[in-house]
Amino acid sequence: MNGTKPPSKIAFVIGASSVGTLIEWYDFYIFGMLATILSKQFFPSDAGTAALLSTLAIFAAGFIVRPFGALVFGRLGDLIGRKHTFLLTLVIMGGSTFAIGLVPGYASIGWLAPILVLVLRLLQGLALGGEYGGAATYVAEHAPAGQRGFWTSWIQTTATLGLFLALGVIILIRSNQGVDQFSAEWGGWRYPFWISILLVGVSVLIRMRMSESPMFSKLKAEGKTSVNPLKESFGNKANFKMVLLALFGAVMGQGVVWYTGQFYAQSFIETVCKIEFVQSRNIMLIAILMATPCFVLFGWLSDKIGRKWIMLTGMLLAVLTYRPIYKEFINITDASKRTQIVDNRLSSSMTAFPIIDGKDKTKVYIKKQEDTTYLDGSVFRYSIVDTLMLKDSMYSSRPLTLIFPSMIKYQSPKPFVHVEKTLGNAAFWDMVWLVFIQIVYVTMVYGPIAAFLVEMFPTKIRYTSMSLPYHIGNGVFGGLVPFLGTLIVEFTKSESHPAGDVLAGLWYPIGVASICLIIGAVYLTNKIDKEVMD
Amino acid sequence: MNTFKKLLGYVWMLLSPAIILFLIYEAVVKIAAASEASKANTILQWVIILLIFLPITIGFFIFGKYASQNEYEHLPESSSEIMD
Repeated sequence: MNGTKPPSKIAFVIGASSVGTLIEWYDFYIFGMLATILSKQFFPSDAGTAALLSTLAIFAAGFIVRPFGALVFGRLGDLIGRKHTFLLTLVIMGGSTFAIGLVPGYASIGWLAPILVLVLRLLQGLALGGEYGGAATYVAEHAPAGQRGFWTSWIQTTATLGLFLALGVIILIRSNQGVDQFSAEWGGWRYPFWISILLVGVSVLIRMRMSESPMFSKLKAEGKTSVNPLKESFGNKANFKMVLLALFGAVMGQGVVWYTGQFYAQSFIETVCKIEFVQSRNIMLIAILMATPCFVLFGWLSDKIGRKWIMLTGMLLAVLTYRPIYKEFINITDASKRTQIVDNRLSSSMTAFPIIDGKDKTKVYIKKQEDTTYLDGSVFRYSIVDTLMLKDSMYSSRPLTLIFPSMIKYQSPKPFVHVEKTLGNAAFWDMVWLVFIQIVYVTMVYGPIAAFLVEMFPTKIRYTSMSLPYHIGNGVFGGLVPFLGTLIVEFTKSESHPAGDVLAGLWYPIGVASICLIIGAVYLTNKIDKEVMD
Repeated sequence: MNTFKKLLGYVWMLLSPAIILFLIYEAVVKIAAASEASKANTILQWVIILLIFLPITIGFFIFGKYASQNEYEHLPESSSEIMD
């Protein structure tokens, strides 16, 4: 039946499904992209790493509830149909994203701010948990036999393109605003959340025009839809063992490879390598854009040679090369590995700004900024902040230009140094290629997986059965990569080694992908199920 | 190959409690080592980690049990093998 569907009809199905899914990913990812700013807005200003970890935890909470969304909406999708279910998830996602952009900061409403953000983030996670399985199932059930990998791979591009859209919108706004304006309580960082309501509106209109999946319609007409999808999916041993195999033999490895390549990489080049905000996102944008066609390539290839070995090869390459790649990130951005231009007139401009604390008038911050230019065109900006306590606040009652030692009661023993690196052309492209390689791994593990999951489960419980392992693998194992990676690095810090082992966070994705690789290689089959109508 | 699948099943079954014990041990050590200022945050992080990974590890144990019983010797080739 579906094999005779005209290409224009399939293209509409793919387009309409993909646009909505892309927007849901966009909504979900702007939170992660703005984690550093959100941690300052919604948590006490002096909480430091704790605030960042808490925001990452809220970010992770959105991932953790995804399996619950999969259960709730997967069940609905198997009971009432794919179309209406993923329309509902789209509206929930758009509404909660828009609302996050309206929550006042910690400075205005205190702890209510992070609580509200957490609730909205949980709603986002629930909605996404229902969306993906529906879209993948819907497209697969329209796709001609023998081309399922190719057609579903378009849905697979949406997660990466959603990330691309999120990065693009953020860069566009940030490029038109200064750091202070962008990061202010009601600054530009809120715009990406507000824009979501427009995108979702357009997508809802498109999806309203879609018809129900032909396979689900057939089941419904014959009165063969599931009465209790949860019981039939997880209470039935024959199906439950396949759910476990899908999770531990494919999706958990795919999840960590996805989130390492597209999220941990970005977090690493920004917070460890200290690449400047816009440039770090440009690196990601270009790499994503170059690698995205590979989703379709590997989806198409999986129709020819099977899904299993493409996915497992991606995992194997990730396991073997993650540490060398991240080590190279550090080398490329290392100041000691490049030649500084020695002419001081060209290489450095040093200015000191005394800033008096807003509350304590005896506290003065001396901010110095030094730009160091290197032969390869890189510019490293060092912002050095010294904190002084003056003997008397009278010094701060008039313009402060000179501070004599006799005026100082206390000076912080170690200045706070913030580095922001803008790379030269060659180093910039080296970084792009290293991210590109990781995203190619993502396309290998992720391109064929929708078709792989659809073929594993029967039509009547497909939405529920494939959604749960997908969202545990991606939402839990994958979504926790930035959080657990940061946490593992924190554990390696000590007084003698304050920076810790910055590569230690990679052991989490490497460990999970290794176990998944072994399970997949031993237990999965490479056979393609030609008949998914049953 | 089936013997290998079965033997690996026992490995997964042993690995599951090992992971749980490792996580509990790490939680106790890290919470004890946390400063007063960061204690609440550390406890919260570990509660989240344990709550998430405990059920998944139980699922991993069940997977190992199925593998050790040769449940994955033959994978279903049609839906009727799953639904009947």
